[in-house]
Amino acid sequence: MAHAAVTPSATAPRAAEGPPVALERPDFQIVPRAGLPIVAAVLVVLIAAIAANKLWPLMFLHVVGGATWTVIDLFLGFVLGPIIGRLSIPARVEFTTRLMPKMVLIMPTAVIVTLAAGWQLSTHLGTNLTGYSLHGWVVASYIVVGVMAVIALGLLEPANIAVLTEMKKPRPNPEVIERLMKRFIYTAGATGLMQVATFVIMTKLSTG
Amino acid sequence: MTERRLPPVTQLGMLSLALIVVAVIYLSAHLPEHVPLGPAIALLCASALVLAGNLFALSRVQGFARRRFFEVARWALLAYAIIAGMIEYVFLRNNTSGGPLVVLTLSLIVFALNVPVLIAFTVARYDQPEAPGGAEAAP
Repeated sequence: MAHAAVTPSATAPRAAEGPPVALERPDFQIVPRAGLPIVAAVLVVLIAAIAANKLWPLMFLHVVGGATWTVIDLFLGFVLGPIIGRLSIPARVEFTTRLMPKMVLIMPTAVIVTLAAGWQLSTHLGTNLTGYSLHGWVVASYIVVGVMAVIALGLLEPANIAVLTEMKKPRPNPEVIERLMKRFIYTAGATGLMQVATFVIMTKLSTG
Repeated sequence: MTERRLPPVTQLGMLSLALIVVAVIYLSAHLPEHVPLGPAIALLCASALVLAGNLFALSRVQGFARRRFFEVARWALLAYAIIAGMIEYVFLRNNTSGGPLVVLTLSLIVFALNVPVLIAFTVARYDQPEAPGGAEAAP
């Protein structure tokens, strides 16, 4: 595996006040090509489930997609985020180059599976109709998902791609990486908090 | 870290996205009843105007890494066109038609244009701008 150097900036810790220390970072693909067939397969399953309009596949995809989305948001924001912040710079760089490319594929796939299967499921069950007794709760779920989508698409996803692009440069700027990583972790935490609202709404809808 | 002065592309992009999201929630919340399309069309037009203004402001910036911007934007556009296509498919599968389908489709187009702009801008703002000859400018 090829490695390249990352030179810490003036604000980054230096070894005994000496010259900038060149850090090793593993080579990586911003979009892991090996994962693309898996994403394509998941989308084919999603299309088939929507076309079939059967309860179990739709429920399966909605629950699995939603669980993946929720768990990753909560875990990144509240467990991994603080840990990454305390890692040494070389460890942080190595961890980031291994984690973030996977997020580029996993998060959009989890979100589209959850939303598309969820909409079809609610159509199948009739829970997205105004006549449904808990329609207000359903609309509340749209609003929560809408806010999460704007945060994720406007801040989280661009930060994810930008940090990987920065790390691909021959001489990445650690300040830029740190700023973008903070943005990524904070927005993941914010959407993680909003996922608690999703828990409340979904448990209410499932119990009636 | 010194930063170039850039227009508020991220903020405007998120505003444009938020307007689209409100329009789609408004339409979805009224199913299957007849939906007055006026508010959704107004939100869609406002969102498209903000997107156009955002692109115009970005086109006026001097010393911006446009090559990197378009390089990232075209791949992001491909990805989000697929995502928008999936959502459109769900609406078509459920017999959405007429005015609501037109508004939803146009909303998805604005969505699929907005996200690549946000991603590409965030990447390009930290990149070295190209010199007039096409090479990267010195830092």
